[in-house]
Amino acid sequence: MATAAVAEHHADHHYTSTGLPHTKIAIWAFIGSECFFFASLISTYLIYKGRSVVGPFPHTAWTDPSTGQHFKAILNIPVTSASTFVLLMSSLAMVLAHSAVERSDHKWSRIWLATTALLGTTFLGFQAYEFTSFVHEGLKITTNLFGSTFFITTGFHGAHVTVGVLWLCTMLFIDMKRGLTPRDAINVDVMALYWHFVDVVWVAIFTLLYLIQ
Amino acid sequence: MATTVAAPSLAGPKHKYEGGLWSWLSTTDHKKIGQLYLYTAISWFVIGGIEAAIMRTQLYGPNGRLVSADTYNQLFTMHGTTMIFMAIMPLSAAFFNLLIPLQIGARDVAFPRLNAFSYWLFLAGSLFMNVSWFWHAAPDSGWFAYAPLNTPQFNPGINMDFWVIGLQILGLSSLAAGFNFITTIINMRAPGMHFMRMPVFTWSAFVTQFLIVLAFPIITVAVTFLLFDRFFHTTFYELSAGADPLLWQHLFWLFGHPEVYILILPAFGLVSEVLPTFSRKPLFGYPVMVYSLILIATLGFGVWAHHMFAVGMGPVADSIFSVTTMLIAIPTGVKIFNWLGTMWGGNISFRTATLFAVGLVCLFTIGGISGVMHSSPPSDLMQTDSYFIVAHFHYVMFGGSMMGLFAGVYYYFPKITGRMLNETLGKWHFWLTFIGMNLTFFPMHFAGLNGMPRRIWSYDANQGWDLDNHISTIGAYIIVIATAIFLYNFIRSRGHGAIGGNNPWDAPTIEWSMPSPPPAYNFAKIPNVTSRYPMWPATGPSPLSPPVPTAGTDQPLPTHPTADQLGIPMPTATIKPLIATIGLTLAFVGLIWHRQIPIVLLGAAIFIASLYAWVLTPLEPEHTEH
Amino acid sequence: MTADHSHSPAPTDAHAPGAAPHPEVHFPNWHTYKWVALILAVLTVAEVWIYYTPMKQTRLFAPALLTLSAIKFSIVVMFYMHLKYDAKIFRGLFLGPLAIAIIVLISLLFLFGHLSLHAT
Repeated sequence: MATAAVAEHHADHHYTSTGLPHTKIAIWAFIGSECFFFASLISTYLIYKGRSVVGPFPHTAWTDPSTGQHFKAILNIPVTSASTFVLLMSSLAMVLAHSAVERSDHKWSRIWLATTALLGTTFLGFQAYEFTSFVHEGLKITTNLFGSTFFITTGFHGAHVTVGVLWLCTMLFIDMKRGLTPRDAINVDVMALYWHFVDVVWVAIFTLLYLIQ
Repeated sequence: MATTVAAPSLAGPKHKYEGGLWSWLSTTDHKKIGQLYLYTAISWFVIGGIEAAIMRTQLYGPNGRLVSADTYNQLFTMHGTTMIFMAIMPLSAAFFNLLIPLQIGARDVAFPRLNAFSYWLFLAGSLFMNVSWFWHAAPDSGWFAYAPLNTPQFNPGINMDFWVIGLQILGLSSLAAGFNFITTIINMRAPGMHFMRMPVFTWSAFVTQFLIVLAFPIITVAVTFLLFDRFFHTTFYELSAGADPLLWQHLFWLFGHPEVYILILPAFGLVSEVLPTFSRKPLFGYPVMVYSLILIATLGFGVWAHHMFAVGMGPVADSIFSVTTMLIAIPTGVKIFNWLGTMWGGNISFRTATLFAVGLVCLFTIGGISGVMHSSPPSDLMQTDSYFIVAHFHYVMFGGSMMGLFAGVYYYFPKITGRMLNETLGKWHFWLTFIGMNLTFFPMHFAGLNGMPRRIWSYDANQGWDLDNHISTIGAYIIVIATAIFLYNFIRSRGHGAIGGNNPWDAPTIEWSMPSPPPAYNFAKIPNVTSRYPMWPATGPSPLSPPVPTAGTDQPLPTHPTADQLGIPMPTATIKPLIATIGLTLAFVGLIWHRQIPIVLLGAAIFIASLYAWVLTPLEPEHTEH
Repeated sequence: MTADHSHSPAPTDAHAPGAAPHPEVHFPNWHTYKWVALILAVLTVAEVWIYYTPMKQTRLFAPALLTLSAIKFSIVVMFYMHLKYDAKIFRGLFLGPLAIAIIVLISLLFLFGHLSLHAT
């Protein structure tokens, strides 16, 4: 470790005006920016709600007048409720992972990081199932306005979850390799903030896209 | 996400001040990155200007046939896109990079490698959009690319593909820089540099970064929809699927109006540095200047639909946006009066920087007043999509932003390079620009009110537009001459200008306390700031001595101890941000070039691999800490 | 491998003489997290339950769901993202943009006629 003199020099070098780490300021600024990103996506979904010229539709069945083909209502609330629950619980695992890292509790930090990553992957699995079954039922991203806005909004959310899972796996890998210490807690904290934000975006999406008709 | 693994390389820091190409490609020094922005942006300014000159030649007389209607569409689209995203924004970014750390008393920005990444993305995005010229397939739907003109149905070529992808890359560049500067300003201010002691340029940069990180996600989403429509046949702007063409307009202007402030606020900041120095008086009403910046930025998100009065939003929406537009003129007007208050009773010396700053105050006011005219829907309906609008926003963008940025170039050139720009040539530059600018754009007001539509590629004689267009074209040629003088002065003075010294203008802020050009580490010792104007005595500055330093032309610049000699840890130079940029750009090239999925995947793999290599490598060499 | 990564600006070494004092942050513990998770679970069940009740046909349906999700949103932000406990600057960085984004979203819904001040 560094000597006292170097540590002092080091502290001077890493002086910050607020006493807060750079990465945490940056992630909150990023989250503020992401509010606009998802607000634009959700706005578009809501603006185009009920404007699709052809079906299938989210909440109502539709029969194609030209072919007579029948399409049932697309959204599957029970499945999405389950995936919503999984994502919410991943947030609990995430905060527990962070507090384990702060205590240098390697066993539990690994368990909770792995749990978070696993729950995130489960959510992605649900989404993959949802997307493929929707396509199977006749809704593609090119089908109508509902398809375009639905897949892009939930797809971008899924992409954020994917990035989060990769981040978690990287952090878990580092933890396995050398053990995360309280010094690393800030990095886990920043990752956790990202993860929770992705979670609250889903809270909004679940209500605005799935439940409200 | 700072670092995480311990793999310390004990190699010494690379000597990034050795010069040579590699030192530029791998630099993480905010001053070098700022210079890269400066040179690149000036190059694009020249190219955008050439596009404008071709258009003005075409419109010199009735029935001009220099270029075809198709080429003309590409010219006006690329002129707007180039000037906004590749000239004015990066010129502002050059000053953000060069000045923010110096003005707040920091050694670099918060994330030096991310800063390099921002620059390379900007370069990649601007090159990407412009290579389209080689296929005569430059974007051609106008810089705001209204739906459905931008959709594959009405624009089947690859022109707009270049625009869509280029704009995404440029947007990423601005966003990355935005987070970086926000963190830098919040967290890297020197001891004593409270928010209300920060130089006004840094304040304007701070506010601008918030506009960037909040407005660019919106255009990212709007352009992503367009990208999916164009590449994957989705229906976001597809009228037959029930899409509303106004969606694009709303999303675009939700971004577009804050973008106007992104373009002008940094210029306001520069002028707020120049005027106090050359008036020998502190800035009049500093707190109000800061509050008005914040107010402009906040209200800037509530005025977007004034660009859309002509679409018929109904009386309620029209009234609301009309009122907010009139409101936003108030903080802007406050700034104008504060600049006048700064100069009032001051001991003004009219150097070139002063002239350009005063030029902004005059010309931006004209543009602002014609802007308030548009806030009234009935009046706007007469003016919209006519040359009156062209006149208005060129007074704002050229008379405002560019004048302010030129003031900044003349003012800060000695700090950046150590040498002064030639004052005589500078004054020629100013007066020719000022005269040329007014000759070009003032008659456009009349042409517009006489009914000349914007973006028209050719017009018939005797509609009352001939004389106005003659004058405009002559004015444009005068601007070309002025810019040529500027370029000569700029290039020549870099190596042969008079030595400026630390503080040639006896300016008050701390960036003038260090040597010019600043050493890599900026401050040998981080300063302790005790006032807004630490370089001026509490009794106020003495008058500026009339002659600028002229001695020392062709003399070498003084040298200073290196970071190694002083034991200051410096970020390691790294090529990884450039490689990450190349990967990302390659992925986009694969998308546009016959949808080559393997190339897309290869690019993505390079991007992700270099990102990991970058994030997992410590910023600074470890051995400084042992 | 050692854990020596001091270049990472951990809060503990961010102190310098004369630095602004680091706000003493006491993040919630397992006890709080457990209750938060429970409340979130209950609220989610409530949301889905409302969806399957006759309330779906009433005018209260959308406001009820919006309220529930706003509560969930706030709880996660306050406790899991510990905004309630953390430095004030983070509140500004998040709540300012969030407020503008929500206002913009609502304005857009008015502009596109999905919301109206007149009863239809």
